[in-house]
Amino acid sequence: MIDFVVHDEQDSVGVVVVEGAKSGQTLTGWVMEQDSELEIRARQDIPIGHKVAIANLRKGDTVIKYGVDIGRVVADIEAGEHAHVHNIKTKRW
Amino acid sequence: MASELANAAFRGYRRENGRVGVRNHVIVLPVDDLSNAACEAVANNITGAMAIPHPYGRLQFGADLDLHFRTLIGTGANPNVAAVVVIGIEEGWTGRVVEGIARTGKPVTGFGIELHGDHETIMKASKTAREYVQWASELTREEAPLEDLWVSTKCGESDTTSGCGANPTVGNAFDKLYRHGTTLLFGETSEITGGEHLVAERCRSPEVRERFMFMFNRYQQMIERHKTNDLSESQPTKGNIAGGLTTIEEKALGNIQKIGRDCVVDGVLDKAEAPTHSGLWFMDSSSAAAEMVTLCAAAGFAVHFFPTGQGNIIGNPILPNIKICANPRTVRTMAEHVDVDVSGLLRREMNLDEAGDALLDMMLRTANGRLTAAEALGHREFVLTRLYESA
Repeated sequence: MIDFVVHDEQDSVGVVVVEGAKSGQTLTGWVMEQDSELEIRARQDIPIGHKVAIANLRKGDTVIKYGVDIGRVVADIEAGEHAHVHNIKTKRW
Repeated sequence: MASELANAAFRGYRRENGRVGVRNHVIVLPVDDLSNAACEAVANNITGAMAIPHPYGRLQFGADLDLHFRTLIGTGANPNVAAVVVIGIEEGWTGRVVEGIARTGKPVTGFGIELHGDHETIMKASKTAREYVQWASELTREEAPLEDLWVSTKCGESDTTSGCGANPTVGNAFDKLYRHGTTLLFGETSEITGGEHLVAERCRSPEVRERFMFMFNRYQQMIERHKTNDLSESQPTKGNIAGGLTTIEEKALGNIQKIGRDCVVDGVLDKAEAPTHSGLWFMDSSSAAAEMVTLCAAAGFAVHFFPTGQGNIIGNPILPNIKICANPRTVRTMAEHVDVDVSGLLRREMNLDEAGDALLDMMLRTANGRLTAAEALGHREFVLTRLYESA
């Protein structure tokens, strides 16, 4: 059973693909590009489609998804936390 | 499917200019907003005639007017259309649209309302529409090779599952179609932002790359000129953000999954411009769903792949939109809008190759006549792109 998917092993976030992922739950992830698995303990409830951090990220860090830069961290994110508009912003526009 | 694709064929309507359509519409096309009422009256009178109302066509000028004509003419010229009745407030611009569509060789007649009024115009146009509908009803489908099918793509109400599932499914199908000489289209210029280097790397030649980057940079400059904030809630949209997408870069990287891994960008088109040879084309275009799909139809595309995450319900009057979705919640809550369910990808119950084949199977069924969810539900969003204010 897959709870979240990761595009590439270099990525700092994964996408939760099940409904009702709860804080404290151990989530199983599938890294699509390398076809490998990993586990992460959720530190917050994470809605389906939303991102879970799989690395500790510090303010100013670059967030990697698809192996590519998707924006900058604006508030520290611990692995297992919900990563979204409250702690990541675009580098464009 | 991939191996069978070499011999795949579909049954479509071969038009006078050699293009093959998958629908047999008789449309009643207004040149301007004023003529919508007459067009709708004609469609109401004649079974099988479809009015395509829109809000524009007055006092436009320059490139914006050129685009207006190109979009209307392209819509009438699309091979999914058998014949066209054009109605405008006056005969000059009406004639210009008629002449453009007539170059395909298909039946088209125009009517100007001035000096006649709505009643006489509706009567005359209804007579013509009745003749066209009866004539079109006797046209029959014939077998055509896959390379005669033109397939466009644009995604909408995307979420993170679009980038993991639905968009890579389109990419897998595009890679397979590309190898068989199909004509393919993608666009959404602003939704390349953050992945423009990846598209640039895929361009056929330095000339194609230069033209792509010109279109991309022009669009960025337009956004920089008009923006009042970082575009949060516009791009990504509120729906995208609710679905888990955080930045334009993340959305763009999901978006460009639709061009697969192997196919090469062979050319770049202006809005509503038709390709001149087979291959994958980039069209400079809005990322708003109905605007982009309207431009795809005007460029002559016959089938459209529309992946969605949160559940965009869009359709088009003449271009069938096949909805592909990988979000299990959307597939459950909005099932009537989904043609191809690829949520199994995210449970590892199906692989990308199987998902791409499922889409290609639905593409052939749609080309052969199956109504898409959006067609069955009556979605006919026709939205013209405007470049600037009227004169």
